[in-house]
Amino acid sequence: MVVSPNQNNEPMQRHRSSLSRNLDTAFVWLTGGFASLIALVLIAIAIRVGVDASPAMAKFGLGFLFESRWDPVKEIYSAFPQIYGTIVSSFLALLIAVPVGIGVAIFLSEDFIPEKIQRPVIFLVELLAAIPSVVYGLWGIFVLIPVWRDMGKGVHQSLGWLPFFSTSPSGPGMYVAGIILAIMILPIITAISRDALVAVPPELRQAAYGLGATQWETIFKIILPAAFSGVVGGIMLALGRAMGETMAVTMVIGNANKASISLFDQGSTVSSLLANQFAEASGLQVSSLMYAAIVLFVLTLVVNILAQVVVQRVNRI
Amino acid sequence: MNSTPFSTPEDSSNQGLINRLKRQPSSPRTLFNTVMTVIVFVCAAIAIVPLVAVLWYVLEKGGSRLSLELFTQLPPPPNALGGGFGNAFIGTLITVGIGSAIAIPCGILAAIFLSEFAAGTRLASWIGFLTNVLSGVPSIVVGVFAYSVVVLTMGGFSAIAGGFALAVLMLPIIVRTATESLALVPQEARQAAVGLGASRFQTVARVVLPAALPPILTGVMLSVARASGETAPLIFTALFNNFWPKGVSEPIATLSVLVFNFATTPYKNQQELAAAGSLILVLMVTIASIGSRLIVKRK
Repeated sequence: MVVSPNQNNEPMQRHRSSLSRNLDTAFVWLTGGFASLIALVLIAIAIRVGVDASPAMAKFGLGFLFESRWDPVKEIYSAFPQIYGTIVSSFLALLIAVPVGIGVAIFLSEDFIPEKIQRPVIFLVELLAAIPSVVYGLWGIFVLIPVWRDMGKGVHQSLGWLPFFSTSPSGPGMYVAGIILAIMILPIITAISRDALVAVPPELRQAAYGLGATQWETIFKIILPAAFSGVVGGIMLALGRAMGETMAVTMVIGNANKASISLFDQGSTVSSLLANQFAEASGLQVSSLMYAAIVLFVLTLVVNILAQVVVQRVNRI
Repeated sequence: MNSTPFSTPEDSSNQGLINRLKRQPSSPRTLFNTVMTVIVFVCAAIAIVPLVAVLWYVLEKGGSRLSLELFTQLPPPPNALGGGFGNAFIGTLITVGIGSAIAIPCGILAAIFLSEFAAGTRLASWIGFLTNVLSGVPSIVVGVFAYSVVVLTMGGFSAIAGGFALAVLMLPIIVRTATESLALVPQEARQAAVGLGASRFQTVARVVLPAALPPILTGVMLSVARASGETAPLIFTALFNNFWPKGVSEPIATLSVLVFNFATTPYKNQQELAAAGSLILVLMVTIASIGSRLIVKRK
């Protein structure tokens, strides 16, 4: 390469002016700046809320997480009932939504129904995810609570010796929150599990059928194990969503500041505490609410990051 | 499939063998199969029941109040009859508009970087990861963040604070869908543009972006739909207002917060308005998801 072919064409070449080239580079940097905005927003959330929470953190320390007093008059705050409520309502929701959600995912990924019917059903499940939380809350107050209160009374009479059913349902309560959360996270579990099930190579299924397995033996022994991590990722994303869900829960959980073992009792979650008190709070109460928000942020962050790692591993395979 | 090498209809001993190979409906394995199939059909029914129930409730309770008055009148005081939520409807448009004005340009520019200038790099995969993490941050925490950044700084609740919170929620949706849309544009289109002497900006602005516009619009529509139903980040940023919006630096009513406030009151008239507001919200969401489906299908 002693002689560059360009040398002959030198007069023909037109260079872009340095201004135009710089502008072009500036455009690339501009887009890069906006891309890093996402990281900045995440960091800013942690820092801003953390700084505003620091007075409460300094005053109450870790005891905030384990005690049950919320007293704006004496300015003593701690959020154990809310953290307990967040975790219990989310796991109650998972208990209901995981089997049903995976069942629906199998229903929509195997050939139980013709594709012409499958598509609208998939659309309906997606629509379930799109309905605003506050609309579920409204429906929860006027439909779900009356229906389940009567059923819950029956359960309390027959199974009241179990600690979970030891109080008579008065209307709103933890059980309604669990049910409404289950409805809201079901589409997430279904959508992500279905993606994972559909991604299982058809050869595996064919081989199982060839060996004489029935359809359900194939599903349980071949397809579900192959799609396992995708399903787990979907469940964890759903858990993250359930823990942060606010409006529907606030409207049906009863908002009582207590951690009761009975599912029929009223309770509250971190998000319902924030929704109820933030607008009217001031001083140390705002700071304590920020502390609660940080706890919720960290909880959901951990769950979401784990879920992302699991899902990304699936995508790589 | 009809003719297997070892069975012909004439050969009766082989036919018996084939019959024995067929599964008996009463055998435990087949029975298990049937039972499980029934169970997943029940699961699908269980999943659809709440959707039908919610839509039915909202249509029944809200549909009866549906009229033009809803959009021209102010919310009624507790014991009054009639009224509407005109201010809340406009307020939703304003806050979602502010959110969109921030999130759409930011999101699309970020997506351009991720798909055009950093595709396949470690940086892009990290930012993609953080986008997913951001979309998992609870909306109430985003509300707390907006309270801290905007409400405390400006010294009061405002439409801007609400719009800011919505923008943070819309941003990851737009970034993710726009990045996916841009990645769908064939590589040849970029190569052709560069071959004709286009700069990077020209390639993006004149070739790649127009080609990816329909699916990007889908993502934008979905994020707008989600934002218009969001309540949690608005209750202590935009707050509420019983009067017509006067400016973006004052508390403003929104449809979703109105539904929340009125659903929890004991007054029948207000509860009906909450149902009617829900109906409008559900209609907006449904239209957006069907519309976005049509955009993709047409392409």
